[in-house]
Amino acid sequence: MVEVTDRPDTQVPPAEVPDVHPPHAHSWLSRWVFSQDAKYIAIQYSGTAIAIGLVALVLSWLMRLQLGFPDLVSFSPEAYYQFITMHGMIMVVYLLTAIFLGGFGNYLIPLMVGARDMVFPFVNMLSYWIYLLAVLVLVASFFVPGGPTGAGWTLYPPQAILSGTPGGRDAGIILMLLSLILFIIGFTMGGLNYAVTVLQGRTRGMTLMRMPLTIWGIFTATVMALLAFPALFVACVMLLFDRLLGTSFFMPTLVEMGQRLEYGGGSPIVFQHLFWFFGHPEVYIVALPAFGIVSDLISVHARKNIFGYRMMVWAIIGIGALSFVVWAHHMYVSGMHPYFGFFFATTTLIIAVPTAIKVYNWILTLWRGDIHLTLPMLFSIAFIVTFVNGGLTGLFLGNVVVDVPLSDTMFVVAHFHMVMGLAPLMVIFGAIYHWYPKITGRMLNHRMGLIHFWVTFVGAYAIFFPMHYIGLAGVPRRYSELGDTPYLTASVAGLNAFITIAALVVGAVQIMFLFNLLWSARHGQRAGGNPWRAASLEWQTPDTPPRHGNWSDELPVVYRWAYDYSVPGAPEDFIAQNDPWPARPVQP
Amino acid sequence: MVVVVALVSVVVGSVLFHLLSPWWWPPIASNWGYIDATLIITFWITGIVFATVVLFMAYCVWRFRHRPGRTAEFDPENRRLETGLTVVTALGVAAMLAPGLIVWKHFVTVPDDAATVEVFAQQWSWSFRMPGADGRLGTADLRLLDSGNPLGLNPYDRFAQDDVIVEAADLHLPVGRPVKMVLRSVDVLHDFYVPEFRAKMDLVPGMVTYFWFTPTRTGEFEILCAELCGIGHAVMRGYVQIQEEADFQAWLQGQQTFAQLRESSSAGP
Amino acid sequence: MSIVLAFVVPVIAVAFWWLIRQGVMSKPWLETGLPEAVPVRSAEHVGLGIFLAVVGCLFALFGSAFVMRMDVGTWSSLRLPPIVWANTAQLVLASLFLHLAFVSAKRGDRAGPRRDMTIAALATVGFLLGQLLAWRELTMEGGGLTTSPAASFFYLLSGLHALHILGGLAALGLVMSRGGADGGRLRLGIGLCVAYWDFLLVVWLGLLVLFLGWANRFVEICRGVLT
Repeated sequence: MVEVTDRPDTQVPPAEVPDVHPPHAHSWLSRWVFSQDAKYIAIQYSGTAIAIGLVALVLSWLMRLQLGFPDLVSFSPEAYYQFITMHGMIMVVYLLTAIFLGGFGNYLIPLMVGARDMVFPFVNMLSYWIYLLAVLVLVASFFVPGGPTGAGWTLYPPQAILSGTPGGRDAGIILMLLSLILFIIGFTMGGLNYAVTVLQGRTRGMTLMRMPLTIWGIFTATVMALLAFPALFVACVMLLFDRLLGTSFFMPTLVEMGQRLEYGGGSPIVFQHLFWFFGHPEVYIVALPAFGIVSDLISVHARKNIFGYRMMVWAIIGIGALSFVVWAHHMYVSGMHPYFGFFFATTTLIIAVPTAIKVYNWILTLWRGDIHLTLPMLFSIAFIVTFVNGGLTGLFLGNVVVDVPLSDTMFVVAHFHMVMGLAPLMVIFGAIYHWYPKITGRMLNHRMGLIHFWVTFVGAYAIFFPMHYIGLAGVPRRYSELGDTPYLTASVAGLNAFITIAALVVGAVQIMFLFNLLWSARHGQRAGGNPWRAASLEWQTPDTPPRHGNWSDELPVVYRWAYDYSVPGAPEDFIAQNDPWPARPVQP
Repeated sequence: MVVVVALVSVVVGSVLFHLLSPWWWPPIASNWGYIDATLIITFWITGIVFATVVLFMAYCVWRFRHRPGRTAEFDPENRRLETGLTVVTALGVAAMLAPGLIVWKHFVTVPDDAATVEVFAQQWSWSFRMPGADGRLGTADLRLLDSGNPLGLNPYDRFAQDDVIVEAADLHLPVGRPVKMVLRSVDVLHDFYVPEFRAKMDLVPGMVTYFWFTPTRTGEFEILCAELCGIGHAVMRGYVQIQEEADFQAWLQGQQTFAQLRESSSAGP
Repeated sequence: MSIVLAFVVPVIAVAFWWLIRQGVMSKPWLETGLPEAVPVRSAEHVGLGIFLAVVGCLFALFGSAFVMRMDVGTWSSLRLPPIVWANTAQLVLASLFLHLAFVSAKRGDRAGPRRDMTIAALATVGFLLGQLLAWRELTMEGGGLTTSPAASFFYLLSGLHALHILGGLAALGLVMSRGGADGGRLRLGIGLCVAYWDFLLVVWLGLLVLFLGWANRFVEICRGVLT
């Protein structure tokens, strides 16, 4: 049972935040292009991320065609390595990071904490434009002589800046590094906004423990990103110096094709430490917002409070903190001191505990719920399946000795696509189906949504589940051709062809999803202000879509947490966060 | 309802695929059966967890699906249940970690009687070096590398003179004898990987890395590079021939030492 | 990576302490109603605090790279041009005058802050020019960018530090040009500049410790204690 403090509402506590009105757009340009409205910036961010993500999708098709049908399709190794590199980098950084923090972060943070906008709207706008510039620099690398870099998304030196790698001695690697540096600068501007808005922009009554888990996830991920991206920045700047100015931060004495180079004395391992000090938190920078969002989707669509809210918050924070001391589990066979293996295997497997708690709590939220099998709920279920699968294979790779035979094989590829490709994508899809009515005022087409869901879920599982076994059989990753490999059974080629066909189908259905996004904005069924009957604040705006400034003259006042669903005795099966039931509302 | 069927078929399908599919690791040819054992333990534990979680979710979806008049229960938290689940998870994790760490200890402790073999990688081929009668590898430096000295050995080091050099050809090793692979790269990162041996390790220019194993059966095994090293990555292959001791010695006698190599190259042109 | 861990772990510890004070142990479903209001800091202060944490992390990571690089291969510390000491003094001076400006702005003084800020800005410009001279001196003595790893780090790190100072100067210029109209805004602006300058001074002192090779000895002592 809930105890409701029945306090006399005669004394109104002073507002925690002075109400500031966001700057108004004065011209067409400042309204539609250089907008400072976080909701509009969110759409700009998401649109750009999806557009560049489409490029990465096509690249994945091309490389799958080569792997599945080596007799029919034959790209040069240069082209193949450029495909995998750009596919990986775009998906991880320019799509997933950008859409979760720049897209969902911008749209949801002010609405969910009851703010009018981000605290620094101008900086927020700048963040997007720098991100766009980073994307354009990245795209430019496709058109320079030598093409984009083909060093793999990890960009390991020394090969990344040598002539044996596509783009290594050409402009490709330079543009890649510049683009990343720009991305990090742009992200830092946005990240400051997200963090400060959560800390300082919350409306009256919105204590930390009343925030929806979406906000907890995005907030923690933002703080992590602010601390982790500098590591990538440092690595990129130093690598750029090595490439352009001839320093030897990462470059040892080496002889390339019989030619001794000017470099000497540096250590490639230092780059790997820096890269993974960013790279591992990056996994959680993508995963934590997904964790948060999926918690809210499950709770709303099962009409039940999220089970173990406190534990969920602690798990998010705990995972965030722990993820800074596990980076070297990507380096078990890198030649670092072997005794690091003991430490990093232990910390890595400890992370499994808070992560498992989150999974249990999602499922226990379904327990005795009132499960509506809407599209967001379907995608949430798919998320749990793919995330549990990918998370469990992480226990193979995190356990140092099991990682030795599996590292750098297709098992790794299958693992991280399952856990940080598919799982977050399922959440992104679920979240779009969930919040689209708030953004546009219309529902997405349900029939197209169902096709999208089934093909994506079943198809993607069929791509990545068998791929683990190809890796187990000993197929290394990043092989443009397997050639004649005696220890493999011939049937691996057949399995590869099957995976390629599945990948083509799953990719194609995403095009239909994008069509649905555009089509439903015009022709979708009208949604009303709160179609899912959700309790959190973004559904209580006076207008749908919310106008500039989000709220009417008064900011909303929050009386409760975001999960009052099916509260016994309540008139409806949800109580909105700004509903004072059963007390009287505060008279401002 | 379709969802419930789909979830159950995901579990059943995954288990059947695991049991029936022909794709599994190649038969082991080294002493690292421990690694396979740890992997199997991990497969069992994670497999059970996966099946349990997904099937339980399928049950929830079926049992608590929306029907007219249904209301969810208000149930904020359950301390005992959550603590219990945490403890069980921690135990499961420990059951995988403990054998992993024990085997890792074994993996990083090279036995004293291990023979030393140097692997020397460059874009995109493998070369090897074995100590001669003195049982020691001579020193080397990349700055000494030229066409007459392909591995950059120190010509003034007496231990280097009798080192056997196998340039871009098959590596031969005797069966049943532990061997410490000392790894050196001339240009970029590579990774010495033989699927049947289970072990692998990066080669890093500017430093020397190592791992050890004992070959347990004779035969020919393919070496692959497992660290993206440029456009020739996929064709950077080599072979290890594991032989009986007598065959191995016969092969070894036929190889050139560093001193012989220098003589022939200085006498040549 | 010890230096960056020495930076990140306290940051995380502070975050935990703050979270616990914010009531993350409470049970929100039992607490319906309006909680008491808590006093707020300005968003600008919080924003700058977070930004400084990011910058701190950046330099801590460079420090980590520096120490890791020191451990591989040959390494010799740099002989710093003596002018860096004069530069350091100017940066200290700039920081001091910003503090003075802040004090007089708090008193409600109009002319004082402007004078003190101008002196601080000039001292900072002096620092930057001095750094350029230090670069020139080092290059003339045969210590170019690629001559030694220590030199590469010196140019890279002092350059990045100077870029951050330049950003600070731009902000200071903004405060000065807007100053006077509104006492509260002015105090806020100067307060932010003070924090930024103090922080960059600390970073610079940390970098000096690295360049002088003291970190080398410190790491050795730590190792001796550990083993």
